[in-house]
Amino acid sequence: MNEKAKISMFTIAWKNLARKKTRSLLTAVGIGLATWVLISLFGFNHGYKKSLDRDIDSLGFQMLVVAKGCPYEAATLMLKGGTGLKYMKEDIVQQIISEKEVESITPMLMQVVFDPNKGQSGGLTAFLGIDPHTYPRIKPGLSFKQGSWFTEEDAREVVMGYEAAELEQREVGDFYLIPEKEVELKVVGILNRTGSQDDGTIFIPLRTLQQIFGMEGQLTSIGIKVDKNADLAQFEEKMLRLPDVQVVSLTQVKTTIMTLVSTARILVFSIALIAVLISVMGVINTVLMSVMERQKEIGILKAMGALRTDIFKLIWTETAILCFLGGAGGAFLAGLSSRVTEYLIRKLLPFSPSGGLVIIEARLIAMAITGVVLLGLVSGIYPALRASRLRPLEAIRTEEE
Amino acid sequence: MSGKAVIIEAKNLKKIYKRGAEAIAAINDLSLDIFRGDFLAIVGPSGSGKTTLLHLLGCLENPTSGLLKVDGKTIFDDGRGLTESELTRIRRPLFGYIFQKFYLIPTLTVLENALVPQIFYRKPAARETAVELLNRLGLGNRLHHRPNELSGGEMQRLAIARALINQPQVLLADEPTGNLDSERSQEIGEILKSLNEESGLTIILVTHNLELAHRAKKLIKLKDGRIVNQ
Repeated sequence: MNEKAKISMFTIAWKNLARKKTRSLLTAVGIGLATWVLISLFGFNHGYKKSLDRDIDSLGFQMLVVAKGCPYEAATLMLKGGTGLKYMKEDIVQQIISEKEVESITPMLMQVVFDPNKGQSGGLTAFLGIDPHTYPRIKPGLSFKQGSWFTEEDAREVVMGYEAAELEQREVGDFYLIPEKEVELKVVGILNRTGSQDDGTIFIPLRTLQQIFGMEGQLTSIGIKVDKNADLAQFEEKMLRLPDVQVVSLTQVKTTIMTLVSTARILVFSIALIAVLISVMGVINTVLMSVMERQKEIGILKAMGALRTDIFKLIWTETAILCFLGGAGGAFLAGLSSRVTEYLIRKLLPFSPSGGLVIIEARLIAMAITGVVLLGLVSGIYPALRASRLRPLEAIRTEEE
Repeated sequence: MSGKAVIIEAKNLKKIYKRGAEAIAAINDLSLDIFRGDFLAIVGPSGSGKTTLLHLLGCLENPTSGLLKVDGKTIFDDGRGLTESELTRIRRPLFGYIFQKFYLIPTLTVLENALVPQIFYRKPAARETAVELLNRLGLGNRLHHRPNELSGGEMQRLAIARALINQPQVLLADEPTGNLDSERSQEIGEILKSLNEESGLTIILVTHNLELAHRAKKLIKLKDGRIVNQ
């Protein structure tokens, strides 16, 4: 006969919870859902910021000069591409380059066309016109899977980002037809994957793009790499004095986008907080009910030698088990559904950087579960105190006297 | 009483309960000495104070006045008693309790139920003691069953095993056969008697069952909180 029996505070707590399976399960599910929202939210916060940082850092410049208009829109367009671009005169480049704070500068023109063959019902394709001399220098991190940069500054050539090349199924030596314009350009280079917006970009020499689109002398933006010893604020002041243009510092863009996102985040965070509070109430309710139902049993345990602290520990262990299971379940769910969450966020947000938007790391999971268990323990104080204060006689009183 | 040591000494014990403005003396000026190895039955009509006396002797609550000493330690004297946790620490090594309604934990097995008190008061080799006790009480083949799979008599035998797991010096039994038929009551009576005779366990038994009471070595009758016949 197997005479092994392991009995501990944990065994009793676990088996107590198993007595009312549905109630315990529902409470754990409540905690799990709250944890899921919390982990997804923090995972999004972390992932979004990381991807945005990477996108902005991969630009290679700290400042962007754009035509006057909404600076946020301009920054977003530069990062992601899109329609509704505003233009500025090319000669502004000479004015800026003369400033001593400027280390290097690169003019850019973005053009967008509707490609009826893109996707199922067509889509927009963005072209970035770049200066073959300055752009590669400002972005030394770009490397080639095949080929190299343009041969001349007005060459009829394209360099494709990794994903753009995959999507269009082009290799070096192939030709690329610009939709609407019916102009064919030769593919001379395909970039390696960068994990940034460059992967989806089609680069064309600035002069060539200006010519194809009839935008001679026009730019949409100028990227400026500022000398590391320069006073950024003072330089920004100077740039602001230039007519018809505005300066967007990419640090500022980052802050602005994060501020925009944080509005949505605060809303979701408030909902998550309410969910957590509701689940905490659920824990208090469940544990308190369980204590009330077991008053006699707790009294007997005290008669058998359990101290107040023993009963407190027992009820607290029950609370901790509930919260841990709920927290672990929520973390598992968050990990499992992170791609769906990311898809939904991309649909909802006006701008989202490339790369993972929801990053759920082991540290976040550990912190969330610990947080939920700690919160559960705080919420378990009242039921545990009530239970520990029960006197042994509460149970025995009902015996016939 | 010759030669035997007193384990519980009660002098002029009083326990007064207040019900609104009314004060009810559940135990009224009661003196009693209990010796090691005694098997004492307390009988009396309902409301005579039997269970209250058992609670006072078993340190489950403090009296209102009088003197109570247990195992040489003063529990209550001159209106001053011990705190709840001090009483618990006194109770743990000294007393085991059995009740009319068993109060077993339904989700634990027979063996686990018997082991519950050792979570709070660890005695070495508790598992071996539990198995031995359960074998002795005829539950050796039920170790891994749950209480709902046991008969009433088996449940009370399990409650006895649980009460004895910490090897107490005194077993307090409050109507242990109140929920059992006469055959099972006799069975429990036999067990208590053999525990007293073979192991020298001190037993204080509260019962309405006179047949069970007569198995005890001593019998006291209570009425209105006083001993009327010893």
